Amino acid sequence: MATGIVRWIKRTLPDPTGARVAEQARRWLGLETGEVRTAKVFLVPDHLGEATHRRLAEEGLRDAVLHEVALDALPAWPEFRAALRVARRPGVTDDEGRSAQRVLADLLDQPLPGHQDIFTQDLYLFTNPLAPADLERLGRELLANPLIERVEALTPETAFAATPALPRPPEGGQPRSFFPPCALAEEAGPRPGQPGKEANQPLAPGASLHAEPSRSPGGPETEADLRSDRLTLKTPLASASAVPIMDPSPKVQAPDQPVDGMPQIPAAVFGPRSFPRGDAATSPLAPEVPASDPCPNLTRARDRAAPTFRLPAPESDNGPSLVHSEYTSYTSAPEFTPAIPETSTRDEAPVAARPLVDPTVEVIPLPDRSDELLALSRARLLSLDLAEMEAIRDYYARPEVQDARRAAGLPPSSPTDAELEIIGQTWSEHCKHKEFAATIVCRDLDTGEETVVDSLFRTFIRRPTELLRAEQRRVGTDWLVKVFDDNAGVVKIDDRRLFVWKVETHNSPSALDPYGGALTGIVGNNRDPLGTGRGGARLLFNTDVLCFAPPDDASPLFPGQLPPHRMLQGVRRGIEDGGNKSGVPTVNGAIVFDPRYRAKPLVYCGTGAVLPATLAGRPAWEKEIAPGDLIVMAGGRVGRDGIHGATFSSAAAAPDSPASAVQIGSPLTQKMLSDFLARACADGLVKCCTDNGAGGLSSSVGELAWSCGGAAVQLEAVPLKYPGLRPWEIFLSESQERMTLVVKPDHWPALQALADRLEVEVSCLGQFTATGRLEVRFGDRPVADLELAFLHDGVPRKRLEAVWRAPVTSPARLPADLETGRVVKRLLRRWNICSRESVIRQYDHEVKGRTVIKPLMGPRGIAPQDAAVVRVDFSDFVGIAVANGICPRYGDLDAYAMSAGAFDEAVRQIIAVGGRLPRRDRADHRFWSGNDNFCVPDSVFDPETNPDGREKLGKLVRMCQALADLSLAYGVPMTSGKDSMKNDFRCGREKISVPPTVLYSLTARIDDVRRVTTAEFKRPGDLVFLVGPTRDELGGSELLDELGLHGGAVPQVRPAEARARYDRLSDAHEAGLLASCHDLSDGGLAVALAEAAFGGDLGADLELPARGLPTPVWLFSETHSRFLVTVPPPQVEAFTTLFGEDALRLGAVTSQPRLRLRREGRPVLDEPLADLFAAWNRDLEA
Amino acid sequence: MTERPRILIAAGCGINCEEELAAAWELVGAAPEIVLLGDLFEQTHPLDGCQAFCLPGGFSFGDDLGSGMVLAGRLRHRRTGAGERFADHLRRFLDRGGFVLGICNGFQVLVKMGLLPNLAGTWVQEVTLATNASRRFENRWCHLRANPDTPATHLAGLDRLELPVRHGEGRLLTGDPAVLEQIRRRGLDFLHYTDAAGHATAAYPANPNGSDGAIAGLVDPTGRVIGLMPHPEAFLHPTLHPDWPARRRGAAGDDGTADGLRFFIALRRAIEEPLPRPSHHSLSRGASFGSFTNPS
Repeated sequence: MATGIVRWIKRTLPDPTGARVAEQARRWLGLETGEVRTAKVFLVPDHLGEATHRRLAEEGLRDAVLHEVALDALPAWPEFRAALRVARRPGVTDDEGRSAQRVLADLLDQPLPGHQDIFTQDLYLFTNPLAPADLERLGRELLANPLIERVEALTPETAFAATPALPRPPEGGQPRSFFPPCALAEEAGPRPGQPGKEANQPLAPGASLHAEPSRSPGGPETEADLRSDRLTLKTPLASASAVPIMDPSPKVQAPDQPVDGMPQIPAAVFGPRSFPRGDAATSPLAPEVPASDPCPNLTRARDRAAPTFRLPAPESDNGPSLVHSEYTSYTSAPEFTPAIPETSTRDEAPVAARPLVDPTVEVIPLPDRSDELLALSRARLLSLDLAEMEAIRDYYARPEVQDARRAAGLPPSSPTDAELEIIGQTWSEHCKHKEFAATIVCRDLDTGEETVVDSLFRTFIRRPTELLRAEQRRVGTDWLVKVFDDNAGVVKIDDRRLFVWKVETHNSPSALDPYGGALTGIVGNNRDPLGTGRGGARLLFNTDVLCFAPPDDASPLFPGQLPPHRMLQGVRRGIEDGGNKSGVPTVNGAIVFDPRYRAKPLVYCGTGAVLPATLAGRPAWEKEIAPGDLIVMAGGRVGRDGIHGATFSSAAAAPDSPASAVQIGSPLTQKMLSDFLARACADGLVKCCTDNGAGGLSSSVGELAWSCGGAAVQLEAVPLKYPGLRPWEIFLSESQERMTLVVKPDHWPALQALADRLEVEVSCLGQFTATGRLEVRFGDRPVADLELAFLHDGVPRKRLEAVWRAPVTSPARLPADLETGRVVKRLLRRWNICSRESVIRQYDHEVKGRTVIKPLMGPRGIAPQDAAVVRVDFSDFVGIAVANGICPRYGDLDAYAMSAGAFDEAVRQIIAVGGRLPRRDRADHRFWSGNDNFCVPDSVFDPETNPDGREKLGKLVRMCQALADLSLAYGVPMTSGKDSMKNDFRCGREKISVPPTVLYSLTARIDDVRRVTTAEFKRPGDLVFLVGPTRDELGGSELLDELGLHGGAVPQVRPAEARARYDRLSDAHEAGLLASCHDLSDGGLAVALAEAAFGGDLGADLELPARGLPTPVWLFSETHSRFLVTVPPPQVEAFTTLFGEDALRLGAVTSQPRLRLRREGRPVLDEPLADLFAAWNRDLEA
Repeated sequence: MTERPRILIAAGCGINCEEELAAAWELVGAAPEIVLLGDLFEQTHPLDGCQAFCLPGGFSFGDDLGSGMVLAGRLRHRRTGAGERFADHLRRFLDRGGFVLGICNGFQVLVKMGLLPNLAGTWVQEVTLATNASRRFENRWCHLRANPDTPATHLAGLDRLELPVRHGEGRLLTGDPAVLEQIRRRGLDFLHYTDAAGHATAAYPANPNGSDGAIAGLVDPTGRVIGLMPHPEAFLHPTLHPDWPARRRGAAGDDGTADGLRFFIALRRAIEEPLPRPSHHSLSRGASFGSFTNPS
């Protein structure tokens, strides 16, 4: 059925991936693998013929200098003693396979088929004879994620010895021509000392290089299979000359050769396919015919024989002249067919390569009893509570609803599976934010006072923004263009440009598959700005904030839980691929470590984009839809991936979380989609659009329909990745890289033509209507018919309880003999403080050529910065500053102070580089646009599962109050955001919950990027000042945590005082008084000094005031709203006049590479920069 | 006034750096035109009327099979609107004196198509750009030095430059010492990674990827096919250097022209002789180019 084109790096050249595997196996598993080499297998349909296989291998897939290739064979390296294969599970994104398919299409100058039928696998070869158990561990714990990949050990010690590789190119480095007429026998005969033919034994089918045919990629698989993390370990290859690692079974499953039992196969079929090809039947390499199945247990998978590659009858044997026709048949007919009966649909459509759908629409009767309703919610993964299930039941009991349903041909009193799923998705916490919309009764346990909060969102997030907008309008400005009611917040840069800003979390998927989760997080979040307003925004930058357990955290793992270092590595790699391949610079971010993130890491992805103020002559931010407009889906195809993503993320993770919630994005597919969209929107071919994220079409069409008044969808028009999907799955699938476009009917042909040219698939799924209903059909068959009013407004309002008690502060007692120098170095080494360079360098942070403040700056490119600054475009010097504030540690002491502190941190980072808070007294064109992202543990009280739910909700209320207070005090509005409410991991009775966490991601307009300031020291002789008072606020500090101490006062934000300081600092920036400016945060003054010093490659000679605080408080307190600045001598007078008492002169920058700090003449700190840097410069091994 | 040279910049399908590359050409007074690959292949005469064809950085087609592999195959094998292979158009374009510039992913494409170094003159692949010795994608600024004895005489005078690299597969491997020897003898290694003192180096991180011969860029024997891993288009303005805030206080020898822009000034000079004075075209282009002086 498929031939494996095997490609590996020549033995004489380095294999960096292999070397890394060896290193990581030693580092993390304590496993000595010996040398590791890697190979890639491309499984290509057989019917293309060997000539095409060879051509693809030689001309398309091989780098002539780097690679050797073979068909169905491994490299002939006798020193390799063990091997492992990693194959993706069916339906998992395989971009390499798609690329190979593209290569083939280009090679033959044929159109690219829409469905995929080339798939890839990875092989790892080891010189050490690893035991199967070790190989299994290597696979499970290092190389593969069992949720999405299968691992198979290929362990014969001599399996590789006699395999012929391609002949070497002639000397001189000149690539040889194709298909050299080399003789096989000489090169490929058994080598001295290797077992001869008599030792040959039959090849176990399990030793196949191929995917098990019954589980061909793309075919459906049972949930149980997908969930299983059990490895399919195979029997070792039998002998040295069992070289061609082939699976006999596909051969005999050719259309006209039904299989029953173990096949008796002529030797020729098994002939080695490594080329150059000799006469297989007479080749010494041809294994003998198996007399019987040596490992009958391994035929299990094949016997199940569900999906196979269904091929047209071969037209003739392959030959060069037939390449074209072979390929033609390849593009039009073959497809994966599932183990479902042949239906007439397929026979009637011989040309369309539309895979089969299982058109079953189930009817789900709604039980009367509460417990049964809840059981139904659980069984179908709806994540709906009793009141919600009852609301659904009541809807279906309404006589007028029943009448309408009868008329529509639907069961009158029971929902279809699709309807229930649509309601579950629309009403999910993820989509409806029910807890942020709930009525919350808050009780202050100290005073007994009870207050009612009518929606956290409306009260504490939207209202401050509305007040700020009213204030703006009063003073004659209005840069808040679109807030909270589109995929991302929109503000005005100037009359011709809009800035679009969105930050979201992608936590639950990242917990299951860190790489795919983070990748999908970035690529998915990038779609939000693309789908804002009419569409067609250009992405400007990404920022990523990650929360993990420390890489060396050794807490025991729950089943299904990945170790912290794999989480970090996987997420890091996902961001690398997601950001870099999208061509969007990752300009900054943060990584926060706390052991409580070990089960559920937090992955926040932010995207800034620029939208022209008008598109095709109309305001770009509007979303206009009229009945009769077409519903068009553009981008990737639909598979089963991500089904239940919306409802899943609304529930706690658990070892048996549905694996279909795992998706892997394809940055390329989306890049092509976004290029197409930008063009289509600019040309006026798209009225507006939205992205398909959580909830898929159900969500995107459902939301667009709500603003228009109805929609009618035909699901048979949806192109599928593979067959077997039911209608409800098509509608709910969260397959990535899709947008839903609203298109005027007369623009459809032009849009289609553009899409064809740019290799983007578009399909028309129906029309918007004015019926007030969401009508979904598959052909003639009704699938769903729901009133939009019920769907969008029918969810019962939650009523929740919260309690709150004022935090009690106990003093922290520091040891008297604190050795300051040592402590500083210990702090610099801490996970929350140490260098992020090893991660930062792997993100492209300056693609687009506009990143003016990069994450690392200074003469050595190592100085960490506060906010990033990006120029908007090349037409002028207007820029955007972006900063993130997050400090979960303080939340253990005081949730309000934590939230306020995070807000302040983001603001002061932007002030540090040269931003200015909006003026309140007169029109100020400088926008600020904030996103809040709450990630909290389940905060809904339940006596059984969540007995402290009220306390947790109390904390959330306080966090929201802080947001409102700070937003109003600083005049910084929120324009979008997200809340993720169920960040718990449950296993049996045990539960790991994240600490309540809020991230504020703020952006602000910078009028001229040439005037911004960076954090590192610039020149000897500049004077060093500490701006802002230091208080004894060691509570929750890095110092106390390092010393294992508790207590202390948590840092409080004093907004009025801070605001005045920020305005003065902005004045100082504008007057050009500052040489450097660094905000103080984790580790306080000591850490800021060290970073500014080694970052600028300059020392400092400093003195602390004699009066006031104890020395450790001066050095390590994390009091907010402070800055470390340096001022060139000529500007000192103006600077001190401006700041007065608020700036404390500490000393001067020196050329000597030493950080010296004295107090009352005695040294407090005297460290060479090299030592400080060495402590800080830690590799995160990501 | 001379007509502005027309520069065709490929885009789409995972190419990322077309906008800044177009900005670079604008700044040196050329007339860049960004064309999506899909549109390029529709045309009957895709390269007619242009003086340079550019392949910018990015991840063409996702680069899943090895950098540049898919795009190299497409440019080699696909036919354009008139039914001719794009490669044939490209050959004629080069024969009539056209320039081809590949940066980062574009360089990888040119190498895999065999256009660089093209020792044999037959467009077969002779070197490769493999995974960095560090095994990591790296975004890092590098010291570079132009080879004074290169056939690309217009680039020889660039001398020392600082530019960022941003790649995971930039390690130039020749696989055969004779190939490296020929490249060196003919001066096709027009750009080298150096240490801070300007000496070509094999030491990481100054040589960020472990390239043979510290090679950062190649030209073909005509000097008109140019490829390099570092990104000149990422350094068009002084504020893009990581140490610019310190340098703005007047470091010695900083004349205010970003190194990346110098590269394009040199290229433009090569494309169109006699070159109008750079100040005529670039320095007068208002806000898009400027020194550190604060705006009024």
